[in-house]
Amino acid sequence: MLKAYYYLLMRDLRLAFRSRHELANPLIFFVLVVTLFPLAVSPTTEALRTMAPGVIWVSALLAVLLSLDRLFKQDFEDGSLDQLMLSPNPLVVLVLAKVTAHWFLTGLPLVLIAPLLGLFMALPAESIEVLIYSLLLGTPVLSLIGAIGVSLTVAVNRGGVLLSLIVLPLYIPVLIFGANAVDVAMDGLPVRGQLFFLAAVLALALSLAPLATAVALRITASR
Amino acid sequence: MLEVRGLECVRDDRLLFSDLNFSLSAGEVMQVEGPNGCGKTSLLRIVCGLRQPEEGEVLWQGESIRHNREDYYANMVYIGHLPCIKGDLTVLENVRALLDTRSLSIDATTTEAALAKVGLAGFEDVPGKALSSGQRRRILLAFVELAGAKLWILDEPLTALDVQGVALMESMILEHRAGGGSVVFTTHHGMQLDCEMRTVELSAYSHAGWQERD
Repeated sequence: MLKAYYYLLMRDLRLAFRSRHELANPLIFFVLVVTLFPLAVSPTTEALRTMAPGVIWVSALLAVLLSLDRLFKQDFEDGSLDQLMLSPNPLVVLVLAKVTAHWFLTGLPLVLIAPLLGLFMALPAESIEVLIYSLLLGTPVLSLIGAIGVSLTVAVNRGGVLLSLIVLPLYIPVLIFGANAVDVAMDGLPVRGQLFFLAAVLALALSLAPLATAVALRITASR
Repeated sequence: MLEVRGLECVRDDRLLFSDLNFSLSAGEVMQVEGPNGCGKTSLLRIVCGLRQPEEGEVLWQGESIRHNREDYYANMVYIGHLPCIKGDLTVLENVRALLDTRSLSIDATTTEAALAKVGLAGFEDVPGKALSSGQRRRILLAFVELAGAKLWILDEPLTALDVQGVALMESMILEHRAGGGSVVFTTHHGMQLDCEMRTVELSAYSHAGWQERD
């Protein structure tokens, strides 16, 4: 079972590294959006600091949202998804492998580049640290919840809008607490509450989202 | 081994077939026949558990496949219309990837022998996107061969295969049958199987068929 998890994870990572342009897409989107804001709004330190947490978090969220399609689309179109469902291994484990791969390929790069963007936005050092923690806890939730949405819409042609409608409301708590944690850190207030909340949401998503995704995939396949 | 009881399938508000019963024991080969759109693919997807029937159930070793999915899937291999091949992976990696989801660790020599058997010797390191559609289907044949399943469910396995490919598929089925395995398949191409074969004429179970009889 662990082996199946590991091999599927490796297969997805290998596939992604063979088509690197796709890999860079969410990252480029993230960086572009964040760097355009100072140009469009105001480059003063004061203004940058006020909008930084929100801008960085919204851009990260949209970058993940745009990359969600990749999670099951290709497997659905070439029939590999059927083979995953016919595996003697529990589908939940395989789903978790795919979500892990997705996070490694989108969430993790965003977390790694975020400190640099924090500097662009003139964030003080301690709130950059909080930004990293909040993204580290928040982006896996985005991948996990996103997987439920994709598994429901993968069979729909141009299901992008539908996907956003399903997924965005569930993303909002993560966005609010993630951005708020960075905001609060700038005022020198304790951020434990926000980070604990994000951790709790992650634990919840980690335990429930793969189950929901597996069920949704079976429904999609039975059409 | 495999038993199907009172299956009914509805697709887009159209009754495709109902009250379909059959059973298949070890060493039996069965062809599902019927015109386009009569529900052959739907039937095979129901039998392998990808699709839920409106009525009835599929049993493996006397138990509903919903309840012993793990055992059933370890003993059943299905290939459908779609190639399951990743363009960015090589032939060898593609077979591996398919086998890995079934948690089968098969050594390199056996894998290469199976690829040679299906006529892909020398293509091991060629990426999937450089292959013809017939060669992609041959990867699936190697997968079926290596999966070591007792029951093969093959939906149009001859699609895109050339004359040698068809002969290969036929010999694989005969070999599998001789080893006590069973096969359920559909095809619109003539398959010349030199063995006892059962057929299910699906249109006999269709709604239209019922009305004609009335």
